[in-house]
Amino acid sequence: MSQSTGTPLRILVLVKHVPDVQFDRHLGGAELRLERKDSVLSELDEYALEAGLQLAESRGGAAAGNTVTALSMGPEAAANAVKKSLQMGATEGVHLCDDALAGSDAGATSLALAATVKHLGGFDVIVTGMSSTDAETSLVPAQLAERLGLAQLTQVAKVELDADSSTVRAVRETDHAALNLEAGLPVLLSVTDQANEPRYPNFKGIMAAKKKTITVLSLAEIGVDAARVGAAGSATEVLEATERPARTSGTIITDAGNAGIELVDYLAAAKLI
Amino acid sequence: MTNILVYVPVPAASPSKSQRELLTLAARLGEVSVVLGTSPDAIADEEARAGLSAWGASGFYSADATNGLVAPDAALLAAAAKESGATLILLPNDIQGREVAARAGVKLDAGVITDAIDIDVDLVVSKSVLAGSYTVRVKATRGPALVTVKPNSVQLPAQEPAAVAAAPLRVLEPGESGAVATVTGSEARTASGRPELTEARFVVAGGRGVDGDFGPVEDLADALGAAIGASRAATDAGWIDHGAQVGQTGKTVSPQLYISAGISGAIQQKAGMQSSTYIVAVNKDPDAPVFEIADLGIVGDLATVLPQAAAEIRRRKG
Ligand SMILES: Cc1cc2nc3c(=O)[nH]c(=O)nc-3n(C[C@H](O)[C@H](O)[C@H](O)COP(=O)(O)OP(=O)(O)OC[C@H]3O[C@@H](n4cnc5c(N)ncnc54)[C@H](O)[C@@H]3O)c2cc1C
Ligand SMILES: Nc1ncnc2c1ncn2[C@@H]1O[C@H](COP(=O)(O)O)[C@@H](O)[C@H]1O
Repeated sequence: MSQSTGTPLRILVLVKHVPDVQFDRHLGGAELRLERKDSVLSELDEYALEAGLQLAESRGGAAAGNTVTALSMGPEAAANAVKKSLQMGATEGVHLCDDALAGSDAGATSLALAATVKHLGGFDVIVTGMSSTDAETSLVPAQLAERLGLAQLTQVAKVELDADSSTVRAVRETDHAALNLEAGLPVLLSVTDQANEPRYPNFKGIMAAKKKTITVLSLAEIGVDAARVGAAGSATEVLEATERPARTSGTIITDAGNAGIELVDYLAAAKLI
Repeated sequence: MTNILVYVPVPAASPSKSQRELLTLAARLGEVSVVLGTSPDAIADEEARAGLSAWGASGFYSADATNGLVAPDAALLAAAAKESGATLILLPNDIQGREVAARAGVKLDAGVITDAIDIDVDLVVSKSVLAGSYTVRVKATRGPALVTVKPNSVQLPAQEPAAVAAAPLRVLEPGESGAVATVTGSEARTASGRPELTEARFVVAGGRGVDGDFGPVEDLADALGAAIGASRAATDAGWIDHGAQVGQTGKTVSPQLYISAGISGAIQQKAGMQSSTYIVAVNKDPDAPVFEIADLGIVGDLATVLPQAAAEIRRRKG
């Protein structure tokens, strides 16, 4: 795992700062935006970070010159997602932060992220999560690949990088089959929660993170016109939102020997059978 | 009249339920053409095209077959959109459909909307967000709108349509699609003979509580004609295929009836099943969170409750 092989890799991991799924989440305000308090690093992006760290380690890690940059686009608090990524082991952080980005849909998000990637000089591997836990679209990875002209190996449960060539192999699970994929570097990967077991930041990682830098970028710095992003630049608009009434519990019975029959009685009464 | 495209990645001799739903929805809103996928499996013969034509396709677009992932289909779809002047493009809501929509959306500078459950005549899309806690109405402000539609969202006509001849096919030159990952091989999943999880009217799901034995879950599922689901604990343990996982990182289901057995009801599991019409939970632990959302909760051992219910259903059916 740790001997140096091949040329060092420049790896970018995309991490999103999202409202914690363990709490109630709300849309609010005239533009029906998601309220972003109680936000955390999206748990599905921890798998992306782990995949990025493992790829770097397979080439000898930071000692051999491999870098893992964590990038998040979001409001000021999104710096916390970058910080946690540094604690887990990313070598440096980038935070794209600009008021004009608020309300960006997937298309506008991928536009801003693509411009950031170009500003940073490009990468050998870009890794994303399978979906953000707030927007839940899985659109951003494919859109980023399209905008950057990269081969996409997306929704993969397994990734392998040949030690001495630049070929990436991955397995994509679909409803009907497991597909074997192959592409040469540079590539864009999105990894599922089947891909690995994300590490926890340990004490050493937390201390080391304090010395790592987070570069904050504005739209002007990446050369994107504010009119092309945010709610105004997005090609979709939310017109209306209705909160679904919370489900409540119904009848609870304790099995006294014939609960299976009672279950069937219930289904019959509900005209399900 | 509105021109609408429907993306059919892999046509079959008779269109699948989700393909029939997309075609039915599209036909309600305008004039329908089908864009066929470019994978070598997707080469549509006359019979497959006739099947899709009977469900409303009045024309087809295709391109040369490739082994490329997503990008070639997105390029073809964008080319067909320009060619046809479509204002709406419907795709399946699975990962292939979403990603093809995503890339075509970039090429066309158009809005992409996932997880649709309905589309009205003004092309306003209804979908649920935040794991089902809100229903929103969304529209594309720049078109053509690319919309991925969830299965079970469209009421199919009571009668099968009459057979017709295959509508005409046009082969397009989609042009360069940039660097592309190649599909070098695939391993098909074995069909279970049970209903498709996301399309089923009934689902019986098992969790860690089945303790390695899905027998009681299968028994009740077969008595009901239900599909089988699972929690991530059960799929991670390898007791059942990952394709059965219901939840945040598995399938989202909204059947008429979801029977949850030996599943605690973690937030990630609820995310995939809480929009079911009826929820029945069987769990040994009276404090299991799943009881907070169950219409009928049974505190008991699934190993006895499920087989008893299965036998009773078979007895009543006679
Ligand atoms: C990023 C991420 C994504 C995830 N995605 C998903 C997802 O998509 N889907 C999902 O399901 N989970 C998902 N999870 C996991 C989720 O958090 C829970 O860990 C999981 O759902 C627990 O599965 P379980 O309920 O089967 O197991 P447990 O929580 O261990 O519950 C087992 C239950 O069975 C009951 N039981 C035991 N024996 C019996 C018996 N004989 N009869 C009746 N009841 C019995 C117990 O009382 C207990 O309530 C995800 C987690 C993470 C971190
Ligand atoms: N604002 C963002 N900042 C950084 N990464 C993002 C952002 N939005 C989406 N991503 C990445 O894209 C993936 C898919 O997100 P989505 O398309 O929103 O479901 C996430 O798992 C992230 O890796």
